[in-house]
Amino acid sequence: MKKGEKVEKGKKGEKSRGEKSRGVRGKEGKRGGEREGVERKGGKGFGIFVTFCVLFLFWLLLSGIFDAFHVGAGVICSVIVALISHDLLVRERGEKVLLKSFRFVIYLGWELWQIALANFDVAYRVLHPRMPIDPLIIEFDTPLRSDFALVTLANSITLTPGTITISVEPERGRFLVHAISKKPADALTVEKTMQNKVADVFMEGGQEKGGEWKNDMAA
Amino acid sequence: MIGIIEIIVVILLAAGVFFMLTGAIGLLRFPDFYTRLHATGKCDTLGEVLIIAGLLLHHFFVYSSVPGAELSVKLVPVKLLFLIVFIFLANPTATHAIMKAAYNTGEKPWEVGEERK
Amino acid sequence: MIKIFLAVGLLIALTILLALCRTVLGPGVFNRVAAINVIGTKTIVLLVIIGYIFERPLFFDISLLYALLNFIGTLAFAKYLERGEVWSG
Repeated sequence: MKKGEKVEKGKKGEKSRGEKSRGVRGKEGKRGGEREGVERKGGKGFGIFVTFCVLFLFWLLLSGIFDAFHVGAGVICSVIVALISHDLLVRERGEKVLLKSFRFVIYLGWELWQIALANFDVAYRVLHPRMPIDPLIIEFDTPLRSDFALVTLANSITLTPGTITISVEPERGRFLVHAISKKPADALTVEKTMQNKVADVFMEGGQEKGGEWKNDMAA
Repeated sequence: MIGIIEIIVVILLAAGVFFMLTGAIGLLRFPDFYTRLHATGKCDTLGEVLIIAGLLLHHFFVYSSVPGAELSVKLVPVKLLFLIVFIFLANPTATHAIMKAAYNTGEKPWEVGEERK
Repeated sequence: MIKIFLAVGLLIALTILLALCRTVLGPGVFNRVAAINVIGTKTIVLLVIIGYIFERPLFFDISLLYALLNFIGTLAFAKYLERGEVWSG
């Protein structure tokens, strides 16, 4: 069951760990799948350094006390935690990180506006005396393959009007989505505004418009 | 005298409470598990973020801009900002996780014309 | 301002009561887990507001910690209900 669990989550940390053998995660089993479009370089040192910086920054900002004892304790604790769990935060050294971060911040601005719209829509449906809902489940493919892009799109789908992600398949970028009526479902599959924006941010894959959705009910 | 900051804080708090109440009413009114998660997963998150943003503004303009304050009081807006970011990331993820568990265990969605569950 | 915070706190307590109704009523376990998640997130905001009413800055740290615990608790529930075990191996 442990290897099945790793395959299901699509863990990609095997390659960046170097030749250090970790026992159970050995030679057999799928090594998290080879996905195109994602750069894979950089070693352990970079991961440990970035994790240490992030953790120490959190320590300084959350404690607010800057005498020698507390700062020293912060350094020691950050180093220990970074050594143990650096591969949870940093997987590989991606390329063009600054450009992607800049576009990501702009995308966040658009998303905040969509969140406001979503909540007015849900409030209207809840408080309306007739409660106009018509739920359905749809499924579609996207050209996104990296972890961060899939997580961003899944989070955006959950936070925007009328749709919630049910499950994601990382190999084909396939999303299973529950929509509350036909209009949000069409906005997601026919016009594909959100997917194109996320693909523009992370620069993965060619986007095309149009396509049909198939109505996939849980049988 | 009522300043402009207090008016903005009261507006943010009122909007946050309105969205939270809407989420809770949706939890009681909707006919099916998946639609109930729609109501809480979206409205809860925004209502919380609005309330904490209102409290952040209040703290920033009342406590933090006083020159004689100590540093752990001045850094409270940073903690509240962390809380906002964490809620934005964590609430949709928890909603998605519980919905995936329900879907994989075979919970059937509701269609128009059936009775409430 | 304290009066406004008290009013907001009372309304949030009312919201928790409504979610508690769903915990009692909801047929099956998934409705109840979703309602408990709602109660947890309301508690976070209630703790911050109580911190402002009583003017103790300790409550913000407690609410940050409880946000983490609530998130992990809901994820553990979801994993257990889906697979029958939380951590294998």
